[in-house]
Amino acid sequence: MKILVCISHVPDTTSKINFTEGDTKFDTNGVQFVINPNDEFGLTRAMWFKEKQGATVDVVNVGGPETEPTLRKALAIGADSAIRVNTEPTDGFVVAKQLAKVVQDGGYDLVIAGRESIDYNGGMVPGMLARLSNANFVNTCIGLEVEGTAVTAVREIDGGKETVSTSFPLVIGGQKGLVEESDLRIPNMRGIMMARKKPLTVLEPVEASAETASVKFEKPAPKGAVTLIDPDNVEELVNLLHNEAKVI
Amino acid sequence: MSVLVYTESEQGTFKKVALEVASYAKAVANQMGTTVTAVTINAEDTSILGTYGVDKVLKVSDSQLEKFNANAYASIIAQAAQKEGSQVVIVSSSSDSKYLAPLLAVDLNAGYASNVVEAPTSTAPFTVKRTAFTNKAFNMTTINTDVKLVALSKNAFGLVENSAAAAAEDFTPSIPEFGVNVQSVDKVTGKVTIADAEIVVSGGRGLKGPENWGMVEELADVLGAATACSKPVSDLGWRPHSEHVGQTGKPVAANLYIAIGISGAIQHLAGINASKVKVVINTDPEAPFFKAADYGIVGDAFEVVPKLIEKLKTFKAQQ
Ligand SMILES: Cc1cc2nc3c(=O)[nH]c(=O)nc-3n(C[C@H](O)[C@H](O)[C@H](O)COP(=O)(O)OP(=O)(O)OC[C@H]3O[C@@H](n4cnc5c(N)ncnc54)[C@H](O)[C@@H]3O)c2cc1C
Repeated sequence: MKILVCISHVPDTTSKINFTEGDTKFDTNGVQFVINPNDEFGLTRAMWFKEKQGATVDVVNVGGPETEPTLRKALAIGADSAIRVNTEPTDGFVVAKQLAKVVQDGGYDLVIAGRESIDYNGGMVPGMLARLSNANFVNTCIGLEVEGTAVTAVREIDGGKETVSTSFPLVIGGQKGLVEESDLRIPNMRGIMMARKKPLTVLEPVEASAETASVKFEKPAPKGAVTLIDPDNVEELVNLLHNEAKVI
Repeated sequence: MSVLVYTESEQGTFKKVALEVASYAKAVANQMGTTVTAVTINAEDTSILGTYGVDKVLKVSDSQLEKFNANAYASIIAQAAQKEGSQVVIVSSSSDSKYLAPLLAVDLNAGYASNVVEAPTSTAPFTVKRTAFTNKAFNMTTINTDVKLVALSKNAFGLVENSAAAAAEDFTPSIPEFGVNVQSVDKVTGKVTIADAEIVVSGGRGLKGPENWGMVEELADVLGAATACSKPVSDLGWRPHSEHVGQTGKPVAANLYIAIGISGAIQHLAGINASKVKVVINTDPEAPFFKAADYGIVGDAFEVVPKLIEKLKTFKAQQ
């Protein structure tokens, strides 16, 4: 089984979000970048397939050289090799196009991506990649088992979950549930040393033009102060929710 | 030419998000000087769509499509858009719609904007406001393709009544191979889901243990609310993962979000910030949640929540 895990390079969840150049660019100053959490659950599940079922696991990112430390971290966690497609990820479609080429050339059976990246939250790349590659697609995937050529996946739906059967080639949009939080791995010294020697191939992009363009960012309007209610007078909260906020 | 909207139904009845996306489609159609066509799959009575501005309904009825399949549903919506010559296609942010939308975008060669929160600020260039950085910012985005696909955030536009004909006609598109087949569905019945809820009551580690969730459930019951929890609560196994909300859990965009014994970590707030009114109950006046909340009670949940339940019961009885 050949697995490709898509790794998005995103600001750490605690980052302060600011913009520069007239609010057109994300301000990376002082921001720590990490593997997108949804992708990390997928990568960890891929490690299980590698260890238990002999799968090979490559990781890929579409982005500039600044994303390489994030790919090295994925190698330190245990991926076999890394690919970086050297282009600006201008929109979801451009990224999906690049990934489709990597998938086609690499002959991957299974592509594990995250249901969305926590920066742009587009939720577009996995599905677009699946459609461009003529692969099956399972989104918001919280469970994945492979038995020969038969795949069983669990998908989170509004109000519950459903179990589906499908086959390769397959793309999934993964999230927590693929593995538990406690299964996530922190790279150890040996992993980090080995990661330095593993191949990281830089590929030039295929022709693709963005379909959407980011014009400007805005921050939400600052919030007014909280109205505090005396714990001995909770009736007041009921009144406020009914008469002022009008939500009950 | 008309704006095409996919109006989702469940067991024949429209979901609330279907009426919201119909309302939104009507606003976009007005901006563009055109009409609204809805496509429905196994919906029974479609006349209600007229109330939300839908002029024409393409009704697909096929027992094969009883269970959702992203491949097939995306293909059907694409065929409807082609039939109508639609330049704008609108879907909701339900888990099914977010699943099919990127497939639909590829089928239609459409630029796709998700998490859109307002009617377009301009239609040429087609510019929409969407959330980014998990609700910590907004992003103005233009869609530059001939066909545009928009996924509207839940509870962002609301329901707007209009009166239109909702003239229904049968539509029989070709149905592709499913590729993914549903074996079983495990859905809680009789409980409000976080996705559909107008009100969400959420508990954190401050509640000390799973045995103390009785009052959270009772409060949710009184309010007709869904229950949710912070991440550590689900990681500790006090509550099921399906209740975990926040940046790495489910997003919440309710009218009212009540946080009990939750500190208000940045990752938690990011996921629930789209809710309109936020209430926090916490013993610690320094808890960051007080900075994000509209109403707050500094107090012990074990004293405050039972009192709140009692007062709400009295209030509900008077209504
Ligand atoms: C990558 C990453 C992703 C994350 N994603 C999420 C996410 O999606 N969702 C999420 O929730 N968290 C997430 N977290 C975790 C987050 O940082 C916090 O640790 C978590 O939200 C804290 O949960 P809590 O508020 O329940 O617990 P705590 O922070 O322990 O807060 C408990 C609160 O209860 C109060 N309290 C105690 N006793 C009482 C009482 N008797 N009555 C009233 N109040 C009381 C305390 O004052 C305290 O404020 C993430 C973290 C990381 C690193």
